[in-house]
Amino acid sequence: MATTRNQPSARRFWSWFIPIRRDIGSWAFALNRITALGLTFYLFLHLIVLGLLAQGPGAYDSFLALTENPFIKLGEWAVVAAAILHGLNGIRIVLTSFGVGVTRQKQLFYGFMVIAIVVILFFTTKMYIG
Amino acid sequence: MSEKWNIILRIYRQKEGEAPHMDNFQMEVNPDEYVIDAVERAWAFHDRTICFRHACHHSTCGACGMRVNGVEKLTCITLIRDVTYDGATLKVEPLRNFPVVSDLAVDMGLFYRKMEKVDARAVLPVTEAEIENPPRKWASEDSEYIRLSDCIECGLCISACPIMATTPEYLGPAPLAAAQDHGIHRKPELLSIVDCEDGVWRCHSAFECTAVCPSFVDPARRIMDLRKQVVGTRLSKLIGKA
Repeated sequence: MATTRNQPSARRFWSWFIPIRRDIGSWAFALNRITALGLTFYLFLHLIVLGLLAQGPGAYDSFLALTENPFIKLGEWAVVAAAILHGLNGIRIVLTSFGVGVTRQKQLFYGFMVIAIVVILFFTTKMYIG
Repeated sequence: MSEKWNIILRIYRQKEGEAPHMDNFQMEVNPDEYVIDAVERAWAFHDRTICFRHACHHSTCGACGMRVNGVEKLTCITLIRDVTYDGATLKVEPLRNFPVVSDLAVDMGLFYRKMEKVDARAVLPVTEAEIENPPRKWASEDSEYIRLSDCIECGLCISACPIMATTPEYLGPAPLAAAQDHGIHRKPELLSIVDCEDGVWRCHSAFECTAVCPSFVDPARRIMDLRKQVVGTRLSKLIGKA
């Protein structure tokens, strides 16, 4: 009689986020999930903020004043960084999913991540330095 | 005189009805021995109740797949030198995503049934095999010659796949690679098996199956190729119907 402890289960989703000792593909897989969850969370937050418009200009303006808070600014930066990382990693997945660069998927990942870092750095300087 | 290392072999233990735990075995090993040799030494000289699977000792049977320090390895071809160092620990656990029968031995029944579902070939005509430097044109009699399939059905890809960990219905890397090995054009009945929610589209491109495969099957590449075959077949049918 076999045990059930080691069997696949939806409750083991947390293992997606622990790519320790794994190959680079698993790190890319985890990165895509983390950024996707972050962007989904942001989408809900965005809809809530848009909902403030229904309460009149005063409510929305007071929220806009809040966006000058450095923590909110950091959150905005994280959203843009997540979108860039997720988008470029997604292009890699689309390409490999249909046979383009499958045997070079690691190099594709490194390449796209270099592009992502450059774009994020550019955005960071624009956001914080002007 | 051969080099000697002192290591602590940590083996996952779990018998029916018992909670899992790790047993430690301090031992002297030659670092150029294989991990399966250390496990066998623990069994032979320390504890005869350790349960594990092994057979050929030369990466042909696929029986001795285990997780070594957290990564899937075929232990009969994994040098101790490559996975630990002198004075360190060597952790050996059963493959993930399979029910544990006892200690390091897992029940691979469901996996084998999935391989049967796609009619995985143990041998195939050499003209259909992916080989290095194939002739530009095969002679007609060449199809009489057969060779062993690359996949040794060790289950390492099933254990390493993050999607397999959460979706038991997923066909999995090795069965999908076996379907690609046939080719949908040669075996059209495979289309309905692989072109579904838990078939070729369930893969989320972690490429871990290819990373751990000890037999260079490259399941990830084959899954992507199978997707192309599925799309091509669907488009042909669509155009044919139009």
